Amino acid sequence: MNEVKHKSNSRASESLERPPLVTGKKTFKNITDDICSLTEKLPGWGYFSALFSVKSLFLFYIVIMGSIVAVGMGLMGVNHPVGWGTDIITFVFWIGIGHAGTLISAILFLFRQKWRTSIARTAEAMTVFAVMTAGIFPLLHTGRPWLAYWLLPYPNQRGPLWVNFRSPLVWDVFAVSTYATVSIVFWYIGMVPDMATLRDRSKGIRRHIYGILSMGWRGTARNWSHYEMTYMLLAALSTPLVLSVHSIVSFDFATASLPGWHTTIFPPYFVAGAIFSGFGMVVTLMCLVRLFVPRFKDYVTLNHMEAMNKIIMLTGMMVGYAYASEFFIAWYSGSDFEQYVFLNRAAGPYWWSYWIMVSCNVFIPQVFWFKKVRRNIIVMFIVSIFVNIGMWFERYVIVVTSLHRDFLPANWGMFDLTFFDFGALIGSFGMFLTLFLLYIRTLPAISVAEVKTVAHEGH
Amino acid sequence: MNKVAEKKNKQSILDRFVGLLLQVKESLAPETEPVLAGIWSDEGSFLSAVKELKQKGYKKMSAITPCPVHGLEELLEIKRSWIPWVTFVFGSAGCLFGLWFTWWTSAVDWPLIVGGKPFWSLPAFIPVIFECTILLGALSSVAALFYACKIPSVDPPVLDKDLTSHKFALYFSLKDKKLSTEELEKELLAVGAEKIIQSDF
Repeated sequence: MNEVKHKSNSRASESLERPPLVTGKKTFKNITDDICSLTEKLPGWGYFSALFSVKSLFLFYIVIMGSIVAVGMGLMGVNHPVGWGTDIITFVFWIGIGHAGTLISAILFLFRQKWRTSIARTAEAMTVFAVMTAGIFPLLHTGRPWLAYWLLPYPNQRGPLWVNFRSPLVWDVFAVSTYATVSIVFWYIGMVPDMATLRDRSKGIRRHIYGILSMGWRGTARNWSHYEMTYMLLAALSTPLVLSVHSIVSFDFATASLPGWHTTIFPPYFVAGAIFSGFGMVVTLMCLVRLFVPRFKDYVTLNHMEAMNKIIMLTGMMVGYAYASEFFIAWYSGSDFEQYVFLNRAAGPYWWSYWIMVSCNVFIPQVFWFKKVRRNIIVMFIVSIFVNIGMWFERYVIVVTSLHRDFLPANWGMFDLTFFDFGALIGSFGMFLTLFLLYIRTLPAISVAEVKTVAHEGH
Repeated sequence: MNKVAEKKNKQSILDRFVGLLLQVKESLAPETEPVLAGIWSDEGSFLSAVKELKQKGYKKMSAITPCPVHGLEELLEIKRSWIPWVTFVFGSAGCLFGLWFTWWTSAVDWPLIVGGKPFWSLPAFIPVIFECTILLGALSSVAALFYACKIPSVDPPVLDKDLTSHKFALYFSLKDKKLSTEELEKELLAVGAEKIIQSDF
């Protein structure tokens, strides 16, 4: 009797034991070797051919941007009445992607979600590159990017004439530049101790480079104490920052009194969408990293991927709820214009874009209700691509369908993408992926020091 | 006087650049002191060694670890970091600056009517004020971290290359003349140090 009881107890404790965050029973030395060796060996032909292709796409992007700047905005599809086009759509798209990194590194850190440690570094890198990619688009959209400094309040000889702080476009300048600065600093500060690890492992010119990047980090207990405090403070500052950035991006639309834009749910709706698309991109990239760097499977386990898929499904339903509530409010408001805009969205000339958006963002992620699907790399890779497509179309729907039918039918028009619109959209992936590929082989792609602190913990 | 000028002209730009770099290097030279350190390669035995030495009455110990070690701060009596105060003061300063700047530019220096709104449109200024708060708070915290950790510094001494990977060190400053080197060495070995290093750190 006693024996039986004992057995059932031990079985219970087995099933209650949490799956480890890092598999493979790694020692500290294993962790250092696994992560650092990626930067220490010359990559194979596969990496170089991938780098060559995305770099070519990046060069193509530079040519496209150069043509648009040199010739003018007429090369792109924007015209009356659709005055905001691919540039603004793609800006919001990339800024949205740039939210997952800070969410993972700051918000999940404050909530003590320890599974974040393995993916935080790469997600932060993704954030930085996505924000860099995004930042170019509004400048391009101004048509005269060489005068972009007019957006900043600086003493000038015209009065001085200051910027209009009541304008959401000025808020955007402040929000995006603060976000870019703080996320770069957060990313870099996280890497400083790892740079010291790389410095101590390397010789020759690499030792000098990583020595400079490590800033002379010594790793004393006192250093770590200050370091952990600063890291927490940055997380605490980034959390409201990341929420503010996409709220402010949504104000660009919501403060205009245009049916389809003028809604109060825009800030939370945009933030949920940003987290959704950001996690989509993290899953896409992590599937590829796991495929090409098999030893990272011990760090980025299926449990990590499953956790991200759950967030994708949750935020996908949140944006689905926002789509539905927009329709409800349009009907409930009793405003003819508001009702017309939403009916036109779903059944007008741009119906296909609306239904691409709904299918990719709301319907397709529902497959994650099933555990087997949540843990299937091929399925999640495909779903994450659909999420990215759907989120680009979400911004397309918001921008284009709200603008193309003005209040007077005489002002109605259509928006068509030109070759340069497509070039800017596709080319921007070249810039993003080039930066990402360079990063993955030169900087520590997983936080060496941070993973050690959770190496022997469960999910 | 002319000779000096000539000499200066002769100096190539490269030389000047190298000179400047050396100057920077000199100004960022790390502070060092002679230390005696014991090295461990296991977190558990390192922590218990620190505990044992603390019980024996050693106080002025410091440690080098590859990652933050739970419980080490209490053992080494490291006080809570003062950096949050910097964040608070500079974050508040950023907030006040944003408040003053949006008010001064929009309502004082050149008041313009935009969209029929008041010159001092506080609700519309909040996003900008908020971003100023975050930016200054974050950058000042990082600056404080640099100051507290004395970085950037050029070529800091490295006691053991594995201390940033998988080894742990406990060290005593030898400036403190009350401690005898030999005795310390014995103590460190007694609590399980795998290696003893005497060097500048």
